[in-house]
Amino acid sequence: MSITQERANSIIGQRMLRREDPALLTGEAKFTNDLVLPGALHLAVLRSPYAHARIKSINVSDALAMPGVVAVYTGKDLRDAWAAPMPCAWPVTPDMKNPAHFPLALDKVCYVGDGVVAVLANSETESRDALDAIDVVYEPLQAITDLEVALSDKTIIHEDLGTNKSYTWNLKVEATEGAVDEAFKNAAFTVRERYVQQRLIPMAMEPRAVAAVPQPFGGDITLYSATQVPHILKVMTAITLGIPEHQVRVVAPAVGGGFGSKLDVYAEELLCVALARKHGAPVRWVEERSENTQATIHGRGQIQFVELAADKDGKLTAVRVRLIGDMGAYLQLVTPGVPLLGAFLYAGVYDLPLAYDFSCTSVFTTMTPTDAYRGAGRPEATYAIEVAMDALARKMKVDPYELRKRNYIKKEQFPYTAFSGLTYDSGDHLAAAEKAMSHADYAAVRKKQATQNVAGARKRLGIGMTSYFEMCGLAPSRVLASLNYGAGGWESATVRVLPTSKVQVVTGTSPHGQGHETSWAMIASEKLGIPPEDIDVLHSDTAIAPLGLDTYGSRSLAVGGVAIAGACDKVIDKARLIAAHQLECAAEDLEFVQGTFSVKGSPDKAVPIAAIAFAAFTAHNLPDGVEPNLEAQYTHDPKNFSWPFGTHICILEIDTETGKIEVLKYIAVDDCGNQINPLIVEGQVHGGVVQGIAQALYEEAVYDSDGNLKTSNLAEYLVPAACDVPPITTDFTVTPSPTNQLGVKGVGEAGTIGSASTVMNAVLDALSGLGVTKLDMPASPNNVWKAIQAAQGGN
Amino acid sequence: MKVSITINGEAQSHEVEPRTLLVHYIREQAKLTGTNIGCDTSSCGACTVHLDGEAAKSCTILAAQADGGAVTTIEGLATNGEMHPMQKAFMENHGLQCGYCTPGMVMAAIGLLNENPKPTDEEVRLGLEGNLCRCTGYHNIVKSVLAAADK
Repeated sequence: MSITQERANSIIGQRMLRREDPALLTGEAKFTNDLVLPGALHLAVLRSPYAHARIKSINVSDALAMPGVVAVYTGKDLRDAWAAPMPCAWPVTPDMKNPAHFPLALDKVCYVGDGVVAVLANSETESRDALDAIDVVYEPLQAITDLEVALSDKTIIHEDLGTNKSYTWNLKVEATEGAVDEAFKNAAFTVRERYVQQRLIPMAMEPRAVAAVPQPFGGDITLYSATQVPHILKVMTAITLGIPEHQVRVVAPAVGGGFGSKLDVYAEELLCVALARKHGAPVRWVEERSENTQATIHGRGQIQFVELAADKDGKLTAVRVRLIGDMGAYLQLVTPGVPLLGAFLYAGVYDLPLAYDFSCTSVFTTMTPTDAYRGAGRPEATYAIEVAMDALARKMKVDPYELRKRNYIKKEQFPYTAFSGLTYDSGDHLAAAEKAMSHADYAAVRKKQATQNVAGARKRLGIGMTSYFEMCGLAPSRVLASLNYGAGGWESATVRVLPTSKVQVVTGTSPHGQGHETSWAMIASEKLGIPPEDIDVLHSDTAIAPLGLDTYGSRSLAVGGVAIAGACDKVIDKARLIAAHQLECAAEDLEFVQGTFSVKGSPDKAVPIAAIAFAAFTAHNLPDGVEPNLEAQYTHDPKNFSWPFGTHICILEIDTETGKIEVLKYIAVDDCGNQINPLIVEGQVHGGVVQGIAQALYEEAVYDSDGNLKTSNLAEYLVPAACDVPPITTDFTVTPSPTNQLGVKGVGEAGTIGSASTVMNAVLDALSGLGVTKLDMPASPNNVWKAIQAAQGGN
Repeated sequence: MKVSITINGEAQSHEVEPRTLLVHYIREQAKLTGTNIGCDTSSCGACTVHLDGEAAKSCTILAAQADGGAVTTIEGLATNGEMHPMQKAFMENHGLQCGYCTPGMVMAAIGLLNENPKPTDEEVRLGLEGNLCRCTGYHNIVKSVLAAADK
């Protein structure tokens, strides 16, 4: 059977509507805070109003007397509840400094929002009311919100560490020692840029919510949480609380978005479990939005120094990067690893010789801890190389696309072993870029720009581009080992064909908007020849899907989806033995097409998989050595990361008198390999692109010098609305990944990785004629206007 | 105090504290959890319902203010198990991902079409300004609303 014949009947590649939608559209879906839990106690957490202070005294007696209050706990009251501090799973260097951090502060608070006292009451309102009656006396200390000040160690946040520096991590690759210095010395052109990746607040629309329900006998506990990572949370809950792991069940009900912010183990999850066990009653907690902006992780937070060296044609000869990473007050689950996820990508999609020098120093500050936010390290890296490439193009006075074309890794170079030793699986940057250019009508828009951007023009046109790689499909376990990550990167799947030929697919991925139930059923349907409506997908409950590593890092399809295909293969292999037994032929004489085994050359000798499933169930006549039932588990550990890529283009207009930017057109041409469901792929790109546009134009977590978060709610933190963003033109090239049987790469973060730099390149392209060649994000009207005034010699 | 509100066609009466917001009344007293809470500043629109036929953020209204009124929530849209055309349009155009903003977005979108049955792309974007979505980038939400308007 040829590939075209196969594709003609293919389920994979169809724009199948999502099976998740009816429940979500009718209000039937249950998010964590929708669960009905009779007798539940409500947790509320009193948070520090100081960025940095010593706790002198805490008086809870008035709070205890408040209506409905059941108990009040300080950090010291609960110290013995913790068998271990809050977990950080990524000690990136052996000497990394990691301050002990408990769900409630003991002696000191280190950011505004740090938990200090826990109140349990009979209702949510009563628990929150009681917070106002708690009296805490603080001795305020110096806040540190500036990374360079933090590095100076003038004020040390965690005294026992003796420094604010958590770690320095280096990646230097040179053909011969001194190659980087030599390349800069001999370069025809160099650029040195400083970029700020402002702190962002992930702002999933569902704030976090938790409910811990103890079983009446035996000590088992079920933890419901709005989490992306039920499996990781189960292990960490067991370790942190000293509960045998098999007694912990974690369930992620419907989860309202994550973007990395629910890829963590949070104080409130541990508090609910500890207090539910203590009180023998369900304990629940729901986060308010203004609490979410402080108590849930932030993203980004880096200062980047980027240097490029190029020869006379603009061909890159060396890249040097120095980062300062803002860890925030403590290390959360993967906080220190975020800059490392970008460390391999500062040469972007370009053919760089062995002359790469990356170093990241990460520091503690008195702000909310940072951690993975959509793209995690990779949008930052892509921004740095792509905005620096435009700076190089300006310096050389060549078109930015022309400069990129001189540097792209060429199609025929794939699989390409990069300077880092990582192998880029497949790609065709020029094809994606050409497609994007054609959507943009690039030559025409450049021509229009030349006539529009004359001296004195009020509205200036800007065109920006980015060509990106997304290192995703996290991750090959051996590579994670080399990065000191505390777990593997595999994913598990079980495929079970029931006696009546209905199918259960059990996955270790944990969707929160990505439509896995739909896409995973499509994969199993394609493999087994059973209609997707007969296939159920089970997930996000560690009692039902005990093995898994959850959903983040664009890993679910490239690792978890491939695991499902692998489990289907094992099911088919077993079914083939039974079919051969029934048809009295050799197993290798059978072909399996669209759900039916038939003898090659004798299509009338055939048996459908439904009959095999029933035979496997009755077990009346199975071949020797074949176990009853048709079920297989498969764990996929990827051989390599997958490398989606693409080119984005933004065309925008800037009103030079108000600083306001209007995005006229945004084009995203992405290549995520084969697509299971293009409808879902496009949706992922749309959402990702808008999150990147939001970083470029709108969003910033702003702290004052006392460490107060000034953008602590949705009235102050500018998540764009529909009218603030443009329609997105999406298109694709398809370059299958050769490293997995589905040829897929992943798409969850691509949009975000490509977009912030695309928009900022367009902004600088519009303004460079006025002398503005540097501008930190967000390019708000105020920031743009000020930059124009400064460049024009105004105030 | 006692509050009487007709919710999805059913007359209900509950004892509430005077400070109770309509959204809490809907979720906790009427036990309809389809209406979600996404913020505490009336910025996100996740709690949008219809009060006496008009789209309103149910966190901006006290239950007491809705006394004697009629509320429609997301649970009240489908008839005889058949989704409302706006719900269908969201499904057909992939206008939702995580689904948390969706009930409010759908209620706001129906309210928008009630006022402007044939909006342009730009009018839809402006009309939904009070409803935030973090997943879809709005592209397919706008498409969904325009598709529903065409029906």
